[in-house]
Amino acid sequence: MKQVIDLEQIRIKADTREPVVEGLPVLFGDFEKCALEEAVQIKEKLGGKVTAVAAGSAKLKDTIKQALAIGADEAIILTDPAFQGSDALGSARLLAKVIEKIGEYDLILLGDGSADNYSGEIPPRLAELLDLPQAGSVREMEVLDGQVQVMRDLEDAAEVMQVDLPAVISVTSELNIPRLPPLSAILRAGRKPLHVWGPDDVGVTSSQVGAEAAVVQVLSNLAPLQDRKGIMCEDEAELVQALEQEGVLEK
Amino acid sequence: MSGILVYSENKSTLLGLLTRGRELAADMGQPLAVALLGAESAAWADECFAHGAALAYVGDDPALEVFQARTYAAALAQILAQAESDIILTGATRRGRELAPRLAQKLAAGCVTDAVNLYLQDGRLVIERRALGGNTVAANVISSPQQVIAVMPKLYEAQPGGDAAGEVVQVALTLEPPATRLVERRPKEGGAANVEEAEVLICVGRGLSEKGDLALINELAEKLGGVVGCTRPLSHEYFWMSEDLMVGLSGKIASPRLYLGIGLSGQIQHTVGIMDSKVIVAINSDKNALIFKTADYGIVGDFKEVVPKLIEQLG
Repeated sequence: MKQVIDLEQIRIKADTREPVVEGLPVLFGDFEKCALEEAVQIKEKLGGKVTAVAAGSAKLKDTIKQALAIGADEAIILTDPAFQGSDALGSARLLAKVIEKIGEYDLILLGDGSADNYSGEIPPRLAELLDLPQAGSVREMEVLDGQVQVMRDLEDAAEVMQVDLPAVISVTSELNIPRLPPLSAILRAGRKPLHVWGPDDVGVTSSQVGAEAAVVQVLSNLAPLQDRKGIMCEDEAELVQALEQEGVLEK
Repeated sequence: MSGILVYSENKSTLLGLLTRGRELAADMGQPLAVALLGAESAAWADECFAHGAALAYVGDDPALEVFQARTYAAALAQILAQAESDIILTGATRRGRELAPRLAQKLAAGCVTDAVNLYLQDGRLVIERRALGGNTVAANVISSPQQVIAVMPKLYEAQPGGDAAGEVVQVALTLEPPATRLVERRPKEGGAANVEEAEVLICVGRGLSEKGDLALINELAEKLGGVVGCTRPLSHEYFWMSEDLMVGLSGKIASPRLYLGIGLSGQIQHTVGIMDSKVIVAINSDKNALIFKTADYGIVGDFKEVVPKLIEQLG
């Protein structure tokens, strides 16, 4: 689970087109919450253990309680400054090391993309590093004996596939509706095991993760130049008049 | 290592990528090649040559019968061992979004998905994609020896060009049988409305409270001579609208002269599909809704009140 800033609250500096992201609240994306909810439902049905792994800033110590309240049995958080600035290549290496250290697992569930950039790179990269089969765009799933049956939502078709376990499955928000944990679960969450792992715990160096190891460099990240007019109309008449002037109403 | 290799499981996406790839390769003075995987796509070689590819690497194997990112990434890596291309372009289709990062990891390479622009600057390939929930456009460069880029489908229109001659290179692939089995494939039905070609497009989202609300929206669409599309929840969660009316990432990309977004928040997953609209109008009851940031004109208000008045004003 990736901790991201609340995107609804981003402001753009009018003069420089730079986004202002400092000090914004952080949260987990919907897809990731669905992945966790599914893990908890599988556990409730079949038994087992759910470990939540999350990366983000120091604020993650609070954010992660949400995952524990939804039903993760334990959590590992990756907040070390050495991990910051990782690109997808580095983040996948980090997560693969964490999962290898956890040891035994049957299913790795992730969101199909993070709420901020939706690049969707981590699930396939992780699957490659762990040499596992993968399925993305999963909107329905059921764990069977030694395999998971998924329905993948593709452009031209819905595909029902069986994937041998262990596997990496990345899910969309149609999969389920994440529960809103009751107060008792929130209180219990604070007592569940929470581990903070640093580079030495995981066994990674700055040549593998972090800003130094990144191979994707961001030259600029600005609001688009072809800015929209952003004119707020007082009423419908004003809008229709504006659209007539734009010449977009003729049939 | 040099040159561009293009792969997509989707033919029109492939030819569009070759069209852009041809321009980039010419500017870089490097070769353009295409990878054709599986029995069906081997027949596309001549069309690929007509779109600028000089080499077609063709590989087939029983393991390629059903698309699986693991198998296809392995096949492409084997082709790359021969082609030695340093830039790999694929389509950011759902399958492409799984394939590109997996291949990149195999190559210890950087990757950018959902690219919306590719250009050369100071000899480097700059790749733009939306970031921060669609608020920004990030310009990226990749410094690993190889780079894998998944480009938004339909970004580049296919146009024949180049010298139309090319060479087919058969590649013997060694692939493990996939650890997945296809149980069933249910093709999606094409609807009557075509959001991709609509001149006027109205999109609706979660702000609608019930399916019955669509009647009002359809009335507006009729008035404007437009088509009604939707965001993902309406087609995939509520099933109020057909999936081929979903606009945005992994749905349809539209470029109408007039777009109206009604009762939708304006998340990146939707707005990437409407960026090329000439005029964008937003109607939302939340004045802070993200969609207003990408709109030319906005009205804050309940669509149940705004839309009837709008219909009236349109006469």
